Amino acid sequence: MNLYRAHVLVCGGTGCHSSNSDKIKEKMEDRIKEKGLENEVKVVMTGCFGLCESGPNVVVYPEGVFYSHVKLSDVDEIVDEHLLKGRVVKRLLFKEAVEENIIKSVNEVDFYKKQTRVALRNCGIIDPENIEEYIAYDGYQALARALTEMTRDEVIQLVKDSGLRGRGGAGFPTGLKWDFTKKASGDKKYVVCNADEGDPGAFMDRSILEGDPHSVLEAMTIAGYAVGSDQGYIYIRAEYPIAVKRLQIAINQAREYGLLGENILNSGFNFDIELRLGAGAFVCGEETALIESIEGKRGMPRNKPPFPANEGLWGKPTLINNVETYANIPVIFQRGVDWFRSIGTEKSPGTKVFALGGKIENTGLVEIPMGTTLRDIIYGIGGGIPKGKDFKAVQTGGPSGGCIPKEYLDTPVDYESLTKLGSIMGSGGMIVMDEDNCMVDIARFFLDFTVDESCGKCTACRIGTRRMLEILEKITSGKGEPGDIEKLEELANNIKDSALCGLGQTAPNPVVSTLKYFRDEYEAHVYEKRCPSGHCRRLVTFVIREDLCKGCGLCKRNCPNDAITGEVREAHVIDPEKCIKCGTCIEKCPFGAIEKR
Amino acid sequence: MGLKFDWEKNKEKIHELELFIEENKNKKGALMPVLHKAQDIFGYLPLEVQNIISEGLSVPLSEVYGVATFYSKFSLIPKGEYTIGVCLGTACYVKGSQEILDKVQEILNIQVGETTADGKFSLQATRCLGACGLAPVMVINDEVYGRLTPDAVEGILEKYK
Repeated sequence: MNLYRAHVLVCGGTGCHSSNSDKIKEKMEDRIKEKGLENEVKVVMTGCFGLCESGPNVVVYPEGVFYSHVKLSDVDEIVDEHLLKGRVVKRLLFKEAVEENIIKSVNEVDFYKKQTRVALRNCGIIDPENIEEYIAYDGYQALARALTEMTRDEVIQLVKDSGLRGRGGAGFPTGLKWDFTKKASGDKKYVVCNADEGDPGAFMDRSILEGDPHSVLEAMTIAGYAVGSDQGYIYIRAEYPIAVKRLQIAINQAREYGLLGENILNSGFNFDIELRLGAGAFVCGEETALIESIEGKRGMPRNKPPFPANEGLWGKPTLINNVETYANIPVIFQRGVDWFRSIGTEKSPGTKVFALGGKIENTGLVEIPMGTTLRDIIYGIGGGIPKGKDFKAVQTGGPSGGCIPKEYLDTPVDYESLTKLGSIMGSGGMIVMDEDNCMVDIARFFLDFTVDESCGKCTACRIGTRRMLEILEKITSGKGEPGDIEKLEELANNIKDSALCGLGQTAPNPVVSTLKYFRDEYEAHVYEKRCPSGHCRRLVTFVIREDLCKGCGLCKRNCPNDAITGEVREAHVIDPEKCIKCGTCIEKCPFGAIEKR
Repeated sequence: MGLKFDWEKNKEKIHELELFIEENKNKKGALMPVLHKAQDIFGYLPLEVQNIISEGLSVPLSEVYGVATFYSKFSLIPKGEYTIGVCLGTACYVKGSQEILDKVQEILNIQVGETTADGKFSLQATRCLGACGLAPVMVINDEVYGRLTPDAVEGILEKYK
């Protein structure tokens, strides 16, 4: 085996891939060859580094030099200067990786230093398309131990003792689920991985599948052994082509190495995994709808009970966990229950991965111990709000979650605390909003999503959410009437009580939580016909400030409806009757003289 | 638009689909993978194709139709040469992707779900594409355009005209 003096890791997650990181890798390899370094330097395409904001990202080891926003045209310079001559290319370093002329390695940067990487342990480090790299990082040892040294009950006991809870949203104890499925009677059982990550703005599971697919395969195989199943399915969104491709490669490699298939590791245990693609239905993230979809039907949820553990896929006992939950399993076996329980809180041990997005400096994936405060995540790791704007709220849990205001930024994050605030942990989307975001409009946005994604099976969700959306549209377009807010509340309660599945029962959450913390914004819309954040166009007027206008005429020339009048070098005026509130003038004004009121 | 299904022109494609159905028809829950394959081959799922699937898998046509219309990835009408997807995931939305979508609709004079009269562009509002670091994001076929402003839209679309 060749020993390389340097490794160049290029991020191959979807975010960086979208900015041509695959071409950067190719060009890097070509240049390295040109310079005759191909036996000294190896280029590896890894999974997501997590810091998507600064992509495409490249890290050079052993030093851990962290380059960000790398362009194709920068590749030659990195090879010639850094790899050939040993001089770090300072202008390409990640902005926080240089402090008073001292270059910090990637692990020293605040964004990474404050994280604890358990589920993401291999993401951005190993080549996800090479099983040997996973094995070199202790991969498949947990499976070997389970199959050769442990009984099925011991495996389940270990998962129970770890206190691991489902990372898909509700936080059900994983060990209990395994136990129920094992105890259920049936001639055939199934193990399913829920990789239908539908929450818009969340991409934790995708990054795990893209960066470390074998950890999920290994965990599913262990689960198969524990519950007595020989067939697994991974149900994954078709919108994740890179993850699908890498998973298929991983499955093929595992079969080749005898880690999937018949008589795994000579233990007499058989297990195989098949991929099934979703087709763009959010409701299929609900476990019974997902099962229907694998069966080839419309993805409509079933009544529970019976739960999947007793009657799941094709009526057989079925264990169903999400991607991140599985990704935790192998490392719990390797490092032990005590280690795992030492991270996080008493009731919620371990870590949680969040997809940090919206109005935040460092958009990306972060993994933190449970119990970390929202403030630490948003300001410590996320770097705070850009452009000096004020924080308004953070939305967790996607369309099933809620908005948490400033007063609760010091809340430690775990399943119970977020539920108490009227939101949920959810799968891990965390969208930050600033003073410019209108909370009524955000509620409308989520309801619009739910209406679109409601499967139509139960009346409460199908009709109820649509009525809520209509009221919200009325309010945001300035036609709100007294009584509308109360109607929203009544509908929300009724839907919560009567919808069939998790999607419907939680659909009113975005409205309920914004009503709880931002009722004044709703009232301003309804009673004063005013949008406090200036977002809802029909409720704002555009005004030119006389003191700032220099009379350059740019706004006048660009106004599509000739609503602006004024002489050169004199303050201009907008005619509110003619103004269509398109915002063109604000974009064009070089002096910031136009305001929304 | 000429929606008539041309059996002669699609002969090879039909053969490819029939082979796939033959390979998969004994698999449990084969309908979804077959629909995916058909969508890939034809670009949409006309009634004629649904009929082939129904007969090949011995699944009632009503069920094939039911499943095909349930999932947003499957389309019953042909798509344009370029499919434009504007991301309306939460991260993109809070960063103003609605304005990007409005601009595209204005320029192409079509609504979401429609195709331009010349068959060139189809427009979709997609859910999270997972490129939140680049928000707001638009995708044209496989090309991703990130950190967009409404001003930039026209120039990008011009490239494809």
